[in-house]
Amino acid sequence: MASHFDVKRQRGFAAVAMVCFFLLYLPIATLVVFAFNAGSSLAVWEGVSLTWFMAAWNNSAVQEAAARSFAIAVIAATIATAAATMAALATTRTEPYRGLTFKYAFINQPLMVPEIVTAVALLIVFSRIKAWTGYSGLGFIVAAHTAFCIPFAYLPIRARLENMDLTLERAAADLYATPWRAFRRVTLPLLWPGILAGFMLAFVISLDDVVITEFVKSGGQDTLPTYMLGQLRRIVTPEINAISTIFLAISVLVVTLFFFISRRKV
Amino acid sequence: MGQLGVRERAILAAGQTAIEAKGVTKQFGAGQDAVKALDNVSVSIRENEFFTLLGPSGCGKTTLLRLIAGFDFPTDGEILLYGENIAPLPPYKRPVNTVFQSYALFPHMTVAQNIGFGLEMLGKPRAEIDRRVSQMLQLVRMEELANRRTSQISGGQQQRVALARALAPAPKVLLLDEPLSALDYKLRKDMQIELKRLQNETGITFIFVTHDQEEALTMSDRIAVMSKGKILQIGSPRDIYDRPSVRFVANFIGETNFLAGDVVSVEGASAQVRLASGGTIAAGLPEGLKPEGHVTVVVRPEHADLVKSGGTADLRGTLENIVYFGTDTHYYVKLDGGETFIIRQQNAHGGGAGHKPGDAVGVALEANSAQVVRD
Repeated sequence: MASHFDVKRQRGFAAVAMVCFFLLYLPIATLVVFAFNAGSSLAVWEGVSLTWFMAAWNNSAVQEAAARSFAIAVIAATIATAAATMAALATTRTEPYRGLTFKYAFINQPLMVPEIVTAVALLIVFSRIKAWTGYSGLGFIVAAHTAFCIPFAYLPIRARLENMDLTLERAAADLYATPWRAFRRVTLPLLWPGILAGFMLAFVISLDDVVITEFVKSGGQDTLPTYMLGQLRRIVTPEINAISTIFLAISVLVVTLFFFISRRKV
Repeated sequence: MGQLGVRERAILAAGQTAIEAKGVTKQFGAGQDAVKALDNVSVSIRENEFFTLLGPSGCGKTTLLRLIAGFDFPTDGEILLYGENIAPLPPYKRPVNTVFQSYALFPHMTVAQNIGFGLEMLGKPRAEIDRRVSQMLQLVRMEELANRRTSQISGGQQQRVALARALAPAPKVLLLDEPLSALDYKLRKDMQIELKRLQNETGITFIFVTHDQEEALTMSDRIAVMSKGKILQIGSPRDIYDRPSVRFVANFIGETNFLAGDVVSVEGASAQVRLASGGTIAAGLPEGLKPEGHVTVVVRPEHADLVKSGGTADLRGTLENIVYFGTDTHYYVKLDGGETFIIRQQNAHGGGAGHKPGDAVGVALEANSAQVVRD
């Protein structure tokens, strides 16, 4: 019996796996299917139509929230990626030194602190700042998103740098390249796929955020996720399914691109 | 070897020092954890010389190379390049190029772009870069592969590109950090010849780091043997091999026999030593050593002959083992004093035939083959 033991093939594994996959994908599949429902029910199928996609498309509130979400995600991901690139360079293009592990932990801290805690903390701090300065624009959401996007952008960039021979920059310096030119001509071209992957991950994370945005936003600053959350408190129509489906499509697309880019060889 | 002697004399006659390390110390860490990778090292490397830093890993040879390249800075001492102290300069301000152990070719550039990189950074005009690159491609026989990515060529070809890239800016000194260690045996042999050829054709001073004693002996004009952050001996391959001055050097390079003895008398650069396992022999002395009492004498296995027990011999013992190696045969003799002495005889000469294990034998040493070493 012992000789036939295979950790991959044990009684019950297949069943557990099936249950997990059903729980994960059945609700999503249902959501997508009912986005195409001709009727206004989320449970009764009344035929195929694109009515709800059209409704979402023509809904000015959805348009506004989507545009806002997109703008925030682009700006926050850009700033976060720049910061993460610098952090990754500082933590990998050097011989290991005391305190390096602490820096890793410090940079990745937003991954470990419960999001609700960060959200409450930001709410308190930002409300003070809003009161003092009178400014209550999108800057607060952008700042918050940038902060929690940094570790997501940092991880793929650091992974790429760690696979990169430190001797390359040394060789560039040996061949008369100043540190800046060595970075421009050798490090950056090799790092580019990592930076792009980091940006995409940060972009999706920002686009998807509900908790922190909900706490930080001022009136009339709904992003697509907070708008959807708001809609759920009212009459629910398949319009929300349609929005979700588009959202899902965009996320899957970006994550797939991320996957291919981060695996790309030089 | 005769040719090498001529070349050596030419270098000596030219006499100009290319690189000089003066009292260089490199310390890592501080306080109790401090480790001296280099301990007050001084060495002069002449223009157009093939100079090898030889030693086991951790002996400081790579550290010295890094200090010359500028990847690290000495704790103390000076590194002079044609009389100018370059020790505080960053690597990109030193007219010195390196061939790295891992080659460190830029993977996002073609072979030609790699070779042209240094010239480009020096701000040379495009036409000059192109001309020099094709010259270099020709020198390392890689013309057909100019537009390949470096990932699309073999290890031996990458090695050539790394060499061409480092030679393209015509550095005053070329540093080679164990560049052949990643190649297989056959390719390594070819590259050894190739490196010698490149050095002759370019006339650039080569500083070569290796832990492979055979590589050092075949390629170098002079060798510095290093151990524990110090240079133990500097000399021509022949000097280092035949006249080791320190036990470590004799042991590290080639196979050798160590014999215990007592000094009877000293005359000039030679001493009469009474061996524990036999008669009294003349042994050469390293420079500046005036030994007394107990000493260690070294004799290379190929500088001794096996003789029948009745014959004239310097050492006596019992033949323990005979090992056939194709080109030569090794005889292991258990000396009366308890030490094991190895004799190597070429089979072409038919030497040693007629002996068998268990025989009482004598060992005759060639004149001038014994050498007293420092412990």
